[in-house]
Amino acid sequence: MNILEIKNLTKKFGGLTATSDISMSVEKNSITAVIGPNGAGKTTFFNMITAVYKPTSGDILLNGKSLVGLKPHQVCHFGITRTFQNIRLFSEQTVLENVLVGMHQRLKSHWVGTLLHLPAITREEEQAKVEAYKILEYVGLEDFVNESAGNLPYGAQRRLEIARAIASQPKILLLDEPAAGMNPKETKSLTDLIHDMRTRLNVTIILIEHDMKLVMEISDYIYVLDHGELIASGKPDDIRNNKRVIEAYLGKEASSLG
Amino acid sequence: MIKTWFEKFADNTTGQIIFFAAYVVLTTLGLFLLSDSVTAFLILLLSLLILYYLKLNIKIKWALGLLIIAVLVPFAASQGSSYQSFMDVGTLVLIYVAMSLGLNIVVGFAGLLDLGFIAFFAVGAYTYAIFGSTQANHFMPFGHYPLPGDTFWLFIPIGAIIAAIFGILLGIPVLRVKGDYLAIVTLGFGEIIRIVLNNMNKPINITNGPMGIPSIEPPRLFGIAIQNASQFYYIALVIFLFAIYIATRLEHSKLGRAWKAVRDNEIAAQAMGIPLVKTKLAAFAIGASFSGMMGSVFAAKQMYIDASSFTYLESTIVLVMVILGGMGSIPGVILGAAVVIILNNQVLTDISNTLTQLSASGVISVPDALSPAKMQRFIFGILLVVFALYRTKGLIPHKNRVFNVSKLKREAAAEKNKYKDDPEVEGSES
Repeated sequence: MNILEIKNLTKKFGGLTATSDISMSVEKNSITAVIGPNGAGKTTFFNMITAVYKPTSGDILLNGKSLVGLKPHQVCHFGITRTFQNIRLFSEQTVLENVLVGMHQRLKSHWVGTLLHLPAITREEEQAKVEAYKILEYVGLEDFVNESAGNLPYGAQRRLEIARAIASQPKILLLDEPAAGMNPKETKSLTDLIHDMRTRLNVTIILIEHDMKLVMEISDYIYVLDHGELIASGKPDDIRNNKRVIEAYLGKEASSLG
Repeated sequence: MIKTWFEKFADNTTGQIIFFAAYVVLTTLGLFLLSDSVTAFLILLLSLLILYYLKLNIKIKWALGLLIIAVLVPFAASQGSSYQSFMDVGTLVLIYVAMSLGLNIVVGFAGLLDLGFIAFFAVGAYTYAIFGSTQANHFMPFGHYPLPGDTFWLFIPIGAIIAAIFGILLGIPVLRVKGDYLAIVTLGFGEIIRIVLNNMNKPINITNGPMGIPSIEPPRLFGIAIQNASQFYYIALVIFLFAIYIATRLEHSKLGRAWKAVRDNEIAAQAMGIPLVKTKLAAFAIGASFSGMMGSVFAAKQMYIDASSFTYLESTIVLVMVILGGMGSIPGVILGAAVVIILNNQVLTDISNTLTQLSASGVISVPDALSPAKMQRFIFGILLVVFALYRTKGLIPHKNRVFNVSKLKREAAAEKNKYKDDPEVEGSES
């Protein structure tokens, strides 16, 4: 069953077409990769799904319901969260607080209740803290609970972004270059984490990534963008041998040599 | 040597209590006997700062702090001829502390630089001034004004609500802009409010324009008119405590975290499901309401207000309190406001008076233009530059809340954990 349907999605910035006529369908509980050379329109594509940008035309359907025209925070309420290519943590807040912010839309407490010191709200806060701690344990950051997020090492910051995103219990998790800047060991454990999240948290994962080893290893399905257009899609093995993909990455000559 | 002694002292609760009690008793006596001495007054107030740094149970600290500000300070100051002036400064400190706590929510928590914050204070002040004087007769089709002083108590929440409404009115157009532009727009808003208040005497006379509103009714409680600074001190104290309560409760709540998330990274905050507009408006409205409440108190205390009390300089002073104290830090902001007001209204005036006396008696000659009271802005300017260079985070920098990790760990282990396999099949995740 397809959880996400993208139909003819186009985004134009003035005269520049960032993505043109992209359609894809994402199966529930799958891992889908979106790849392509720099400037292919991958992040723009993510930004449209999460309503940072409004598409010029086309439609995005989550379980048959259109997401176009929603505000970014509403998209989160519908069950889509993301991480960012250039890390965007709440750097002044502690690691645990970052995860608590991720739970924002799940917590019911109203500020009036907070002021009245209602026991239900105190209890909810306590439970939220414990759950946030569990999530930190899960991604392996339990030693940094009280650290300011901005002081974490790079790889840990990427993990914290994932922790914060899964704290909202999304249906779909968008990972924008999760392995960027990681060493092979870190990448390996990230791969394991992504695999584990899918089965354990029952989440559908869409990721943008340049690390081809990682992409080929974990993806069920791959979409390739180049210059804003969808040039290929298929299972990892099909993509590996696809002529247009090799052209896009290495140039025409390389593909004729190969 | 000194350090080890200090560490020992920090562990010794009884020692701290004895030391602190001795300090408070001595300084209270000091002020009681040297009744007009500003120095003695300040040394007594310093006890609050010492109290903040003592390692005691938080509830004991609050009880002691309340005892000092509500009982000891008024009692010790009550002997001399300066009683009312001490209490006047005390009231002003409390008024400005509540305001800077409000501004701290906007600037410190939500990261929205507001240069027109005094407008909300003005709105609160005018709300009571208009109905607490004959002014309302000019335009209200019904009712008889001034309203009796007993209604003043209603005007505290009314002032808060009207200021909050103005906060939202400012917020709606302003939230489209960010950073420097936001600062400029709020500055403009502050000036617009002041100028409008200054000119609303025609065609309908609402604010009596530049003439101001005179003879505002004093508040009444059980038939007693409240007119002295020593009485207003307690009104301001209650609102001040209320403001601290709200600010501290909200800081570590869902809303407080949302404010800080918006401050740190708007795009990520939205992606985590935080509604941007609602969150920012809440900051503006709640921050403004603190000012509105204190505005009513200010109008009742002054008994006369006009628009010249709400100039841009006042907005800056409140902002200086927040920056000097430490943005986002509640104890810092309280200290910042206290330092600015006391420096401004007591220390500088006191030094000026001494200098005038000395030059009058011919000991030294200080030209009038160099009197410290007139160099107020110069001194603040220097202070700000020094702080910007050497102590960017303020007098008491903001500290993040520290969670009890071992407690969390214990509780997490005790509960069912869907992020972990059952113990038998342990170990698939990192």
